Amino acid sequence: MEITLELIVFTILALFTVVSAVLAVTTYRILRAATYLLFVLFGTAGIYFQLNYSFLGAVQMLIYAGGITVLYVFSILLTSSQGDKAEQIRGYKLYSGLAATLLSLGICLYVTLKHDFRPSHFEHGELEVTAIGHTLMSPDKYGYVLPFEVISILLLACIVGGILIARKR
Amino acid sequence: MEYTILILVLPLLSFLFLGLAGTRLRPAAAGAVGTAVLAVVTAVSYMTAYAYFFGQGRAADGLYPTLTPWNTTWLPINDTLSIDMGIMLDPISVMMLVVISTVSLMVHIYSFGYMKGERGFQRYYAFLSLFTASMMGLVVATNIFQMYVFWELVGVSSYLLIGFYYTRKEAVAASKKAFIVTRFADLGFLIGILFYGYYAGTFSFNPQTEALAAAGMIIPLALGLMFVGGAGKSAMFPLHIWLPDAMEGPTPVSALIHAATMVVAGVYLVARMFPLFIGYAPDVLHATAIVGAFTSFYAAVVACVQSDIKRVLAFSTISQIGFMIVALGVCTSADPHSGGLGYMASMFHLFTHAMFKALLFLGAGCIIHAVHSNEMSAMGGLRRYMPVTHATFLVACLAIAGIWPLSGFFSKDEILTACFAYSPVMGWVMTAIAGLTAFYMFRLYYGIFWGRENRTLHAEHTPHEAPATMTLPLVVLAAVTLGAGFIPFGHFVSSNGTAYDIHINPTVAAISLCAATAGIALATWMYARERQAAAESLARRFATLHTAAYHRFYIDEIYQFITHRVIFRCISTPVAWFDRNVVDGFMNMLARGANGASYLIRGMQSGIIQHYCIWFLGGALVLTIILLFIR
Amino acid sequence: MIHMEYYLIVSTIMMFAGIYGFVTRRNLLAMLISVELILNSVDINFVVFNRFLFPEHLEGFFFTLFAIGISAAETAVAIAIIINIYRNIRNIKVKSLHEMKW
Repeated sequence: MEITLELIVFTILALFTVVSAVLAVTTYRILRAATYLLFVLFGTAGIYFQLNYSFLGAVQMLIYAGGITVLYVFSILLTSSQGDKAEQIRGYKLYSGLAATLLSLGICLYVTLKHDFRPSHFEHGELEVTAIGHTLMSPDKYGYVLPFEVISILLLACIVGGILIARKR
Repeated sequence: MEYTILILVLPLLSFLFLGLAGTRLRPAAAGAVGTAVLAVVTAVSYMTAYAYFFGQGRAADGLYPTLTPWNTTWLPINDTLSIDMGIMLDPISVMMLVVISTVSLMVHIYSFGYMKGERGFQRYYAFLSLFTASMMGLVVATNIFQMYVFWELVGVSSYLLIGFYYTRKEAVAASKKAFIVTRFADLGFLIGILFYGYYAGTFSFNPQTEALAAAGMIIPLALGLMFVGGAGKSAMFPLHIWLPDAMEGPTPVSALIHAATMVVAGVYLVARMFPLFIGYAPDVLHATAIVGAFTSFYAAVVACVQSDIKRVLAFSTISQIGFMIVALGVCTSADPHSGGLGYMASMFHLFTHAMFKALLFLGAGCIIHAVHSNEMSAMGGLRRYMPVTHATFLVACLAIAGIWPLSGFFSKDEILTACFAYSPVMGWVMTAIAGLTAFYMFRLYYGIFWGRENRTLHAEHTPHEAPATMTLPLVVLAAVTLGAGFIPFGHFVSSNGTAYDIHINPTVAAISLCAATAGIALATWMYARERQAAAESLARRFATLHTAAYHRFYIDEIYQFITHRVIFRCISTPVAWFDRNVVDGFMNMLARGANGASYLIRGMQSGIIQHYCIWFLGGALVLTIILLFIR
Repeated sequence: MIHMEYYLIVSTIMMFAGIYGFVTRRNLLAMLISVELILNSVDINFVVFNRFLFPEHLEGFFFTLFAIGISAAETAVAIAIIINIYRNIRNIKVKSLHEMKW
């Protein structure tokens, strides 16, 4: 297996993402956790770019990294009045959580790696944005206009609900 | 004679009516209802007696027939054995009907005056009706089990009436004591009944002779156990302890239940089972005579030193019931001419004693009503204030002492004759007790009406004669006492049913009269005067005996010791320990186990979602491992 | 040549990092961040499967697209709720949330 640029880039991205993910759930400072989450999201976007789904990567960056993370940061700043340190957890809760997680991770990796996926490579080629647009707006088979509209309504409802719940009474 | 059912039903209805209507009725109305019903019952009883003894007369074989105007099968147990409810008329039950209804009617009338203004007047009359109904049911029982049922009802009404003043601690304790002691004795009765029912194959009073012969030693045992029940009800030693305490009840109740009717139920039971006793268990019968004689003697001695007049009368009741039991016990055959005299004598004494003892108690009630105390020290010299009570009381005292021509003389004379016929020792013992009876009764009489008058108390509150409702029953009962001795009792009741003329045995009569006169004379010398130096010096000289007798020879204390120290400590405490630690402990262990298990699995239901999440993850993990690797 | 499994390893690790965070963190916002990680790992899986196994279709692609939208909605509502809670009990510790439990 020769070392290609692609592999190097992937390795860096994967390491960056995984380390950030682990740090996001182990750091005690909640603001740092949000920042690590942002790194994870960036890493994920990088993975999407590498898979030639540039549109999806852009969406990921825009919505997740740009929107949601900002929302997190704001709410953290709003709610963490007595310092943003999360309390330490220790004892059997930590160990049981850790043990369950690691065991499950082991099993999942075992199952994943044991399975032989075919084909294990893909044709290069960027997905056309026009194709995405057509599929998204197509009412045919393999068209996504209905989910698109449903999502629109869901987002509207979320906006209304978020405002209703969070507003001062 | 189907109308006899009224004797049972009317008082029962009256009880229900008075008990349910209760305080909605005015007291006088309740009393009037109860008394009116009882007057009807009395009339029906008299009518029954007249129709039974004179209307139809003797059957062809010279015996009064045994009638059962009513009988229904109440509880069939198997094909042959069943418990019946009905009415049986034979000479002794008819005689008892007359006695009970007469005394009960007198007590009802008397209570109008005595209980006037008491709280619970309606309740009192309801209970009296219940008692009358139960007692009537007891005497007319067609079988031993019906008798037992009514026997217990009588016990309940006795309990209710002794505890009538339920706000007084002593009354409550006395009612409990009476109930528990008689229940304890009734246990023997019930076991006896069950033995009898099982081996004789019937609960009726005249079983088949083959079954009895086959039962062998069981029948004497069953009869002995039945006598234990009778001894409890009739206050035979050592089960007598409840009767003196039962005097905490209202005095008319003492007259009705604890002197005239209920306490003779044991005697009636023995008389009812007499053919079986004499036929199959003469030894048990003679043993009852010993018990009766000892009880009689013991009670007479204790009665000599009591200062509470109702207690004196209570002990005299115990003593007189002892006489009746002795009279039954000394019977050696069912033939009244040879050895069966005691049966008739016992029933005769039961009859006369019921009358004069009720009279004595009602008289005592008048006296207590007048001086507001039971103690003799509050009395003395009352003859000037209460002439009617005095006269009737004197009649009753003379009757119980056995002075001719009063009724007590005749019945007691018959008992003594029967005793002498059985054995001279028994005869002399009973004669001595008869003398003792005369002594303590006249000590009581002099202590109340003569002797040392409590002038300070009487000056404060002058005693007065009781109202007419109270004196009328006294006069009626005194009249009966005066005349009853001349009833040819042997013509109505005898051990085998044949007519029998009462002969006064001159020797026995002379001896008993001498004993009675001696007793009276001694009492007169010691107690009639203002100064009672002789009595006091005697009491001082025999101080130990006097104190012991005053405390009833510590029988109550012995019971106390046995129950509290021996039974409670040695049996009940370990059993209680066992119950508390082993039985309860087992239950507690189960509960604790469930509790502990709950605590163990409580963590699963902490309500914390993250814990649920871990459990969920663990469960999914286990399932995955099972599906993946263990197949 | 990058094998498909490599992507899956990344997403799996991310997934379980999220689960670990979800069961161990005591702060509502931290838990929400963990949930985002889980969602994100699933998104990666969808995309990877689509790209490698069914390149001629776009199901995985669109699923991820919609999942991003839905996670945005979910985050908005969740944060609104968290702010509301904070306003009521002055902190957002999971331990303190007993008010509506029973």
